[in-house]
Amino acid sequence: MQPQELTAADFAAYPPRARAVITEHLELVRTLPLVFAALLLREARDYDWKFPAEQRAIDDQFSFLASLAPAARTSLLQGFADVRLPAPAAHIDWVSHPQQFLDAFTAALWSTHQIDSFRQSATEYADHLRQARPDPAPALPRVALVVLGPELQKPDYPLFRKLRPHGVFVPQVDPTGGWPTLVAFARERANKAPIPFGHLYFDGEVSDHALAAQLASSSYAALSPVRAQLLDRIGTILSSAGAGPEHLRTAMARITPESLKWPTDADDPASGSPVFQRFQLDVLTQGSGTQIFSTTFVQWAAREALRRAQPLTLVLRFAPRQRSLNMNEMLSGKTESNTSDPAGSLLDADMGAFYAWVDLQRLTGADQSACLVWSQAQNQAVLIGPTLPRNTVAAAPMNMRQMLAQLT
Amino acid sequence: MTRRSHLDSDFFRNASERVALNRREFLRAAGLMGTAAPLLGFQPLRAVAPPRGRRVVVVTFGGGARDEETFAPDGQENIPHLMRTLLPQAAFYSRVVNHGILGHYVATASLATGVYETFDNFVATAPSNPTVFEYYRKALHRPASDAWVVAPSNGFNRIGESDARGYGKGFGAGVILPKHLLAASMPSQPDAAFQHLLRDNYEDPYYTPDLSGSEFELSQLDSILKLSVSDFTRHALTLSSADELSVFIARQLMRQLSPSLLWITLHDMDVAHSGAYSLYIEGIQRSDRLCAEIWQMIQSDPEYAGRTTMFILPDFGRDSDFDSGGNGFQHHRTGDALSRTTWIMALGPGVRQGAMIDRPVQSLDLVPTLGALLGFDTPRAQGRVLSEVL
Repeated sequence: MQPQELTAADFAAYPPRARAVITEHLELVRTLPLVFAALLLREARDYDWKFPAEQRAIDDQFSFLASLAPAARTSLLQGFADVRLPAPAAHIDWVSHPQQFLDAFTAALWSTHQIDSFRQSATEYADHLRQARPDPAPALPRVALVVLGPELQKPDYPLFRKLRPHGVFVPQVDPTGGWPTLVAFARERANKAPIPFGHLYFDGEVSDHALAAQLASSSYAALSPVRAQLLDRIGTILSSAGAGPEHLRTAMARITPESLKWPTDADDPASGSPVFQRFQLDVLTQGSGTQIFSTTFVQWAAREALRRAQPLTLVLRFAPRQRSLNMNEMLSGKTESNTSDPAGSLLDADMGAFYAWVDLQRLTGADQSACLVWSQAQNQAVLIGPTLPRNTVAAAPMNMRQMLAQLT
Repeated sequence: MTRRSHLDSDFFRNASERVALNRREFLRAAGLMGTAAPLLGFQPLRAVAPPRGRRVVVVTFGGGARDEETFAPDGQENIPHLMRTLLPQAAFYSRVVNHGILGHYVATASLATGVYETFDNFVATAPSNPTVFEYYRKALHRPASDAWVVAPSNGFNRIGESDARGYGKGFGAGVILPKHLLAASMPSQPDAAFQHLLRDNYEDPYYTPDLSGSEFELSQLDSILKLSVSDFTRHALTLSSADELSVFIARQLMRQLSPSLLWITLHDMDVAHSGAYSLYIEGIQRSDRLCAEIWQMIQSDPEYAGRTTMFILPDFGRDSDFDSGGNGFQHHRTGDALSRTTWIMALGPGVRQGAMIDRPVQSLDLVPTLGALLGFDTPRAQGRVLSEVL
């Protein structure tokens, strides 16, 4: 099917809000190159379960494209129109199965050596979009608070090597009352700017209820039953005839939150939210390693949350992940497989904190955003903020209240 | 079509060039490398020309490593053997670009054919173009025992020979999949962790393609490698990773068959796909150590010492920390400059030690270079000979 052949009836199976958005812009969609239309529909199809920031971005794309004169739009999207679409992607019903189309399309881009030109076209389009429809400034300067839990230890490991050049290294933190102070700070921010999904919290172990009551939260421990269900599904899929990686990806993409049993937490207002459940499911089904390692879960959840929800406040708490056994240990079968790896987890979390800061810098208001990373085991921290000097070391010990005061 | 970040701005343009520039500057700052520029006007010195009967060992990393974790100042602690032992003896190509598909099997197959192969990375299929093993054996009338591949996963079992007309069956390399041998030698092992070990690859850890090629069988352990199944499994119990097992097998091959063309693919570092940075670092450190071990194996074996050229090269890189479409060290999805730009290290007779070659080359250049070294043509390969190592 070509875009110009689309009718409103083609979107009958789409969720209601997605259907409304697309049909409102149907005349525009009909004029788009097939590849571009398919990619836009793939995003718009999940409109009902998108975060507000994502919905705004989709709305902005439609309004931006509609604002262009036809010749300008054709010119801007010419790179997408020029893509050669080989089988099997060309034979996929891209309206009904946009994700399946995307998987096949991506493979075709690589195998036909079009990936680089496509990348260039997408970059140019995004540049124009960003200039025409910049993301709004945040209601509060954004803050990321990252805690490397007390069990994450590796003697003599030089923490925060990637972050120190960007802020103040605090070699001596007074830990007294540190976590409760951090929780109170995050709660205060959530109260000050009560925006849906504007304040998020991910924990590598069990969530702190005091924080989860105020911030949309998810934890590796609470998702344990969901992870178990997903691993069961994976086993079933792989044991079926014709199973392979693409089959698995397609099958995983079809899993809905409604088909799984979710833990409910009366203290966590976001735990029953379809939007947040869908987000958590995406973290577990699209993130590699998120089902296995708690450090990967926190790092990937943070990455996706910053990219998609663009929160004002992000709290991350890393906990020890399970240890990866050596080959000889697996062969001997004599070692417990569920022991933790405090040293490896520290490295994982240190890198995860760096990525949280990098991803924070991608969002609007980056010049005002701030980041605090605190190792509870080593009583060290790094502070990065708009008024803080770079690549310096704090001369005196600091407690959490003092560090947070410097941050904003 | 998410919006691009504020980070991937002008600062990241021409990143490929900058990657190579940084790598060169890091190494020169470490006082390890000269420049290849003075080389270009000279012919190789005949007095130190390599003896007849040259051999080649190729070591590829089926899981790229980035400069941040290797040649950059903070990364050098992870590669002490490459930096201090091998690099001073090597010619180093700092700007090697891979324009092909960034999946490990298809990329390694491209390295072996000198043509960017385009098949599905997750299907055990034969390359479409003749492999270097076929060129070598057909042109020089070499026996099957003279070309071998030791590879990490079932997906590599067809890499030894292509389905290209005029080549293919009867001309390829023997392929040994150590993890597959391990599974065959311990069929009743019920432990879930063990099953995880035998998962095929880290790019898609839930999938193990069926074997359908002419891979090395368990029964050949004794007849070819002079290794009983019990010895094999007993030794495996002393090793910490699949890559160590691969090097153990390579050592047995060298001792028993002394192949002139030996290709070893390491892949422990590709555990990066799990998102655990510490495990990725461990994989790099292990690969570094194993490369030095392989070089030591070469130098201590009379069949190899003094007439073997060793090439070490990642098949490609990994995503930049700053590309909005990627996820840093974890994947190699974006096709950005960092994921496409890597390096080649060459050691051995005739190689100008300590030379740094800055001009851009392609990973496809390996096959014609091997042809020039061993004395055979590679008519369908698309790369160019790396003259600095001849």
